[in-house]
Amino acid sequence: MIALVIRRLLQSIVVMLAVALIGFTLFRYVGDPVAQMVGQETSLQERAELRERLGLNDAVAVQFGRYVGDIARGRFGISYAIDRPVADLIAERLPATLELSFVAALFALIAGIPMGVYTALHPTRLLTRVFLTISLIGISLPTFFIGILLILVFGVWLGLLPTFGRGAVVDLGLWTTGLLTASGWKSILMPAFTLGMFQLTLIMRLVRSEMLEVLRTDYIKFARARGLTDRAVNFGHALKNTLVPVITITGLQLGSIIAFAIITETVFQWPGMGLLFLQAIQFADIPVMASYLVLIALFFVVINLAVDILYHVVDPRLRIDRGVEAG
Amino acid sequence: MRTKLTLAALALALAATPADAKELRFAFQGDADSMDPYTLNETFTLGFLGNVYEGLIRRGPDLSIEPALAVRWQIVAPDRWRFHLRRGVKFHEGEDFTADDVLFSADRVRAKGSDLTTRLAGVKEIVKIDDHTVEFVTEAPNPILHVEWGSWGMMSKSWAEKHNAATPEAMADDQEKYTTRHANGTGPFRLVSREAGIKAVAVPNPHWWDNANKEHNLTKITFTPIASDATRVAALLSGQVDMAYPIPVQDIGRIDRNPGTRMLVGPELRTIFLGMDQFRDELLYSDVKGRNPFKDRRVREAVYRAIDIEAIRRKVMRDLSNPSAMMVGPGINGFSADFKRLSHDPEWAKELLAAAGYGKGFEVGMDCPNDRYVNDEAICQAVVSMLARIGIRVKLNAQPKAKFFPKILAPRVDTSFHLLGWTPGSFDSWNPLYNLHGCPRLGGAGPIWPEGARDRISQGKVNLGGYCNPKVDALAARILSETDKAERDRLIKEAWSMTISDIAYIPLHQQALAWGVREGVTVAQRPDNQFAWRHVRVK
Repeated sequence: MIALVIRRLLQSIVVMLAVALIGFTLFRYVGDPVAQMVGQETSLQERAELRERLGLNDAVAVQFGRYVGDIARGRFGISYAIDRPVADLIAERLPATLELSFVAALFALIAGIPMGVYTALHPTRLLTRVFLTISLIGISLPTFFIGILLILVFGVWLGLLPTFGRGAVVDLGLWTTGLLTASGWKSILMPAFTLGMFQLTLIMRLVRSEMLEVLRTDYIKFARARGLTDRAVNFGHALKNTLVPVITITGLQLGSIIAFAIITETVFQWPGMGLLFLQAIQFADIPVMASYLVLIALFFVVINLAVDILYHVVDPRLRIDRGVEAG
Repeated sequence: MRTKLTLAALALALAATPADAKELRFAFQGDADSMDPYTLNETFTLGFLGNVYEGLIRRGPDLSIEPALAVRWQIVAPDRWRFHLRRGVKFHEGEDFTADDVLFSADRVRAKGSDLTTRLAGVKEIVKIDDHTVEFVTEAPNPILHVEWGSWGMMSKSWAEKHNAATPEAMADDQEKYTTRHANGTGPFRLVSREAGIKAVAVPNPHWWDNANKEHNLTKITFTPIASDATRVAALLSGQVDMAYPIPVQDIGRIDRNPGTRMLVGPELRTIFLGMDQFRDELLYSDVKGRNPFKDRRVREAVYRAIDIEAIRRKVMRDLSNPSAMMVGPGINGFSADFKRLSHDPEWAKELLAAAGYGKGFEVGMDCPNDRYVNDEAICQAVVSMLARIGIRVKLNAQPKAKFFPKILAPRVDTSFHLLGWTPGSFDSWNPLYNLHGCPRLGGAGPIWPEGARDRISQGKVNLGGYCNPKVDALAARILSETDKAERDRLIKEAWSMTISDIAYIPLHQQALAWGVREGVTVAQRPDNQFAWRHVRVK
């Protein structure tokens, strides 16, 4: 187990270096930050000096080396656009993104699993067809469109929910949360729904097909033959055996939720990292873009590691194999 | 629906009874980049900070110059201006405003890291006469010395020095500059908090010197940057902000039809135009080899006459543009309605092309931004199809501004045909005559845009087509130092006549400002697109 973790950690460093390198190579094509750091009256000479001072004239390899060296010393640089340390900016924006992602994932799980179970147990009922249609919409409509539609209906027409922002936020020192206030909850409903819609669909369909599979197996038939109640059969045996792949998928999807929050955050002006990243792209704000990519890579690496470990914990067969090997 | 956005808002609501709490909540597409008033010479940043910081002068709703921190000024000698400072003014944090602060602000605005150095261009020396009188000595007579000072805010010397912010330069070692998030001006509003890209909160300054005449009735201002057009419009429609701008042209009708909101549309000072390469011997991205069609005035006229500006106004801009015959719009000193656009006449254009030896047309590449001006890319596409009708085949390269500007601006000047916009910060014609029409060369008769020395170009630094008429340069130099208003205006008109008859550029239009406001809110829309909260009343 420890060997696995160490091996994975070493691989992670390589992955993150690769992400940073690819990111840095791409930044050459994003544009020149200097054009936006100064106004139209600024002389050409001043522009050239600024470019030199930021080290933008150096070769990409040199800039990359300098960046990796700085990160290794815990320095993420100063944002060109906002003129503040990138580390501070990300620390301020991270809670918003993580909160949104977790609420979205939780929503997808809490709604997705029962819907999946229901559609598997009652394949012909009307409600099943409704659920399946909804899931089709959820998978085929682009996120930004769902978001704008929700804003139009619940924000503009009905006036029930705020159309942008995070609502009232409570500062807990290192963390800011909107989950302790009513307006914070009202604000998170639409973005979390938008972001979680795709995951919900995925989980529902996964649970449904797994469940249908399990319900056909012999041990379910035997359980019924023994006269167990439907409830015990469906939830005690069938659902339990369905959940292993669901846990894996959910874990892996959490990384995507965090990464793909960019679009949802833009539509709802959600003050998270995705919004910061998008603003950084428009500005060609290289320090922010680079740090964001590295951080997202870190999330994926950590989540993958956690899922791997979880797999070993949950699935007895993997443990037995290892035991045999060791023996 | 009036959701309290923050705990701060809640606290404020508890402190004041709801009946007299007049909050202005507004949204813009971007954020002010810094709270340091000298870091970026950009309309929104300066406009935002213009509510917190004040200059020696200020601009009224119609852009007229009004006394602010200087009560009056006089020209004591052609090269010497004397300013009498307002007495009894205090900064938000209690410091007295004196001549020392003016001297400090002058040093700081010219220091390294400042983007506003042009505010004091040509100022040789600043002399403190006494605590409330200063003199500015210029290298040459300058009749428009103070016109850009409305956006040169006075900073407190002791405050800036206390917070280690005596220059606008970025700090070393990942340190944050104090002035990035803190402001201390003399203006009608003081900054309470700011989270970059998320929110900024300000409250009225109870000790403002002009409170006796104040127009506004605000108790709090909350600003939210909302980048997505659809979200910004929805925020206004749902009543979650009282004012939002800019409103995309396709949503203007909707805001006007919605019972609780209305549009404010007015002309903006920026002129959108097409620039043509007139200095290279051979065009870039073209199939014409060995010669440059744009050097021929007939070709430029053909391009001009091929463009149906009314169609652009109706179809692309949805009536929200003001077709222009000049490179400056109404509101800029030197604008004249006497100049008329050349008529739209594709047949004539074809004849002109044929006469110039391009009867079969030619190919040229065009550079265009796609996120800078209102419908910029759509305008370029319209131009492309209009030019196709007279046989000019345009290859359009529309890019985001972060890619567009580095490509076309010096030192690269990698363009032979482009769309650009320009607002004279001084509201005066000298600025575009010098920056857009001056010969971009070093010395009197050197080459245009000399390779390797482009960074040192000052005159004509945005003259990307390399238009060069020495007579215009001579006139611009005289305009700069002519102190007699009537004579100066005559010279300006003469210069414009020359550049217009040369077809140095093809002016297109001034785009319209599009502000959306909630019913019950009155604002003053300034043509320079700055939003001054001191004119806002909320019902």
